[in-house]
Amino acid sequence: MAVQSDVIDDAGPYDRAKALSAFKLGDVTFYWITRLSAISVLLILGGIIISLIIGAVPAMKEYGFAFLWTQRWAPSADPPVLGALGPMYGTLVTSFIAMLIAIPVGIGIAIFLTELCPQWLRRPIGMAVELLAGIPSIIYGMWGFFVLGPFLANTFQPFMIKIFDGIPVLGAIFAGPPSYLSLFNAALILAIMVLPFITSISVDVFKTVPPVLKEAAYGVGCTTWEVVRSVVIPYTRVGIIGGVMLALGRALGETMAVTFIIGNSFRISSSIFAPGTTISAAIASEFAESDGLHQSGLILLGLLLFVLTFFVLAGARLMLLRLEKKAGK
Amino acid sequence: MNFLKTIVAAGLVAATTTTAFAADITGAGSTFIFPVLSKWADAYKKESGNGVNYQSIGSGAGIKQIQAKTVTFGATDAPLKADQLQKDGFAQWPMVMGGIVPVVNIEGIKAGEIVLDGATLADIFVGKITKWDDAAIKKLNPNAKLPSEAISVVHRADGSGTTFNFTNYLSKTSADWKSKVGEGTAVEWPVGVGAKGNEGVAGNIAQTKNSIGYVEYAYAKQNKLTYTKMVNKAGKTVDATNEAFQAAASNADWTSAPGYYLILTDQPGDKSWPIVATTFVLMHKEAVDKAASQEALKFFKFAFEKGAKSAEELDYIPMPDNVVKLIEKTWSADIKS
Repeated sequence: MAVQSDVIDDAGPYDRAKALSAFKLGDVTFYWITRLSAISVLLILGGIIISLIIGAVPAMKEYGFAFLWTQRWAPSADPPVLGALGPMYGTLVTSFIAMLIAIPVGIGIAIFLTELCPQWLRRPIGMAVELLAGIPSIIYGMWGFFVLGPFLANTFQPFMIKIFDGIPVLGAIFAGPPSYLSLFNAALILAIMVLPFITSISVDVFKTVPPVLKEAAYGVGCTTWEVVRSVVIPYTRVGIIGGVMLALGRALGETMAVTFIIGNSFRISSSIFAPGTTISAAIASEFAESDGLHQSGLILLGLLLFVLTFFVLAGARLMLLRLEKKAGK
Repeated sequence: MNFLKTIVAAGLVAATTTTAFAADITGAGSTFIFPVLSKWADAYKKESGNGVNYQSIGSGAGIKQIQAKTVTFGATDAPLKADQLQKDGFAQWPMVMGGIVPVVNIEGIKAGEIVLDGATLADIFVGKITKWDDAAIKKLNPNAKLPSEAISVVHRADGSGTTFNFTNYLSKTSADWKSKVGEGTAVEWPVGVGAKGNEGVAGNIAQTKNSIGYVEYAYAKQNKLTYTKMVNKAGKTVDATNEAFQAAASNADWTSAPGYYLILTDQPGDKSWPIVATTFVLMHKEAVDKAASQEALKFFKFAFEKGAKSAEELDYIPMPDNVVKLIEKTWSADIKS
């Protein structure tokens, strides 16, 4: 006791001020460190955009806005004719199909895991989903190439082509001949790759629904389906859309797996069973051997992907805002 | 303070001694040459103790690296023209050669059982010939059982020297190809799917029925793919053998090619295989690091003198002796030490 009181006695008003200022210093340092970390993101992003723009200037001067709707990609022509329509089309179509498959399946898995799944099955399924996220993309590419591709070409695609043959629009979309390497194959692989993003985020946000809300709904006689549809999903909508956005970002930019299985063809075909290419796949394959205008064109493609991703994500945010307004928040 | 001084001095000594020993040669470029170059580098390390650090990042990137002076030598499958060499102050010479073969996957057809010529090959790759029982293919192969199936064309998706040499050959043999597609490391393919790397094309051909593609001979052999015979410039049918690749090289006139600018496709000679690729080495005539530059020349000399066998084991074709002599003269004349 004596020692303690000694210490207290020694700690006069001077020390107190010192201690306080030390706290203050700590606070200020903390504030600036976090602020600088946050600002560094903007700086890095700005740096990337600026270097992309500088690299893309020659191609922008040469092709102008026609770059956006030119379908030809002929780097060896003299002068090179380059257009982004093929890769842009491939990027959007594969991502769209991937999301079409991954959103319902991903949310479905999440609902099953949180609402319906027996306790003992939760861990294995949850871990399996998370394992999907850990597989390197090249493995997906190889699997798509050696396993999924042949299955699709020999079994699934001929079946679809037969079913939709002769129906106006659908017939063209599912037109033959079946191919190992196609937009559809790539989209399917993308769907599997982005599944964990949607599922694990949905699972996390579903867990945040207050049990009392659900219990109340069950109490008034709601079925599980009604609880999910009218309580869980509206409550967690923002979180789900966040997961979907992350997944979409991955799908738009995924390179390695897609390069393996998309067929890397710059031609646009109405059929999703035809080979195509995406922006990132085109850059990855051609960049090392490119020079001059060709390289500048590839950098411009990269800039386009940047802009495309930005607009897609911004559009999604806007949609989210509208939804929230509607919900009266 | 004394202690600090000792540390600084020790550091300085260490730095100078490491630079004195760091005669490691750096190179970058062609992926085509990588397997044989790493084998040579291994043997050279054993003999001289000096390592060769080669990055196979593609010919175009190799040229860029040597232009930027970040490496001692660059390697490219498409030679630079004389005026370009002049501009950059480069010395260029051919290092090793290899054959490029068309490969097919047709049920019941074995390696060397069907014959193609340049014009037919170009028509297939341009999309004019779409079925295996097309009259043009039948005419070249009256005895083969060709199915009435659509041809799936497989090409390289990545820019590559193999593609450069292949499209160069098609341009030489088909006016249609030359005007529609032309030559280059990456071209506007009218039909087919693109696969990444030689191994990608080989894998695709192995998996896809009724397909055709082109790979380096080594890949065709190692993956047991069905390669075709070819009709050469002299109108003779030749099989894809080392002798046929070598014939194309020995018939080539290196002496009168400034900067060794010579593409070994569609060469004359009864025995010449029509599509042979060469990898060229690029070095600065006046290198920044003269010691490294000299060391690199020693390595290349070693490769020419003792590396022929290991090249052949990997299905490459070493440069003929008379060409090697010519190249060594170039070194002493052009590269300043």
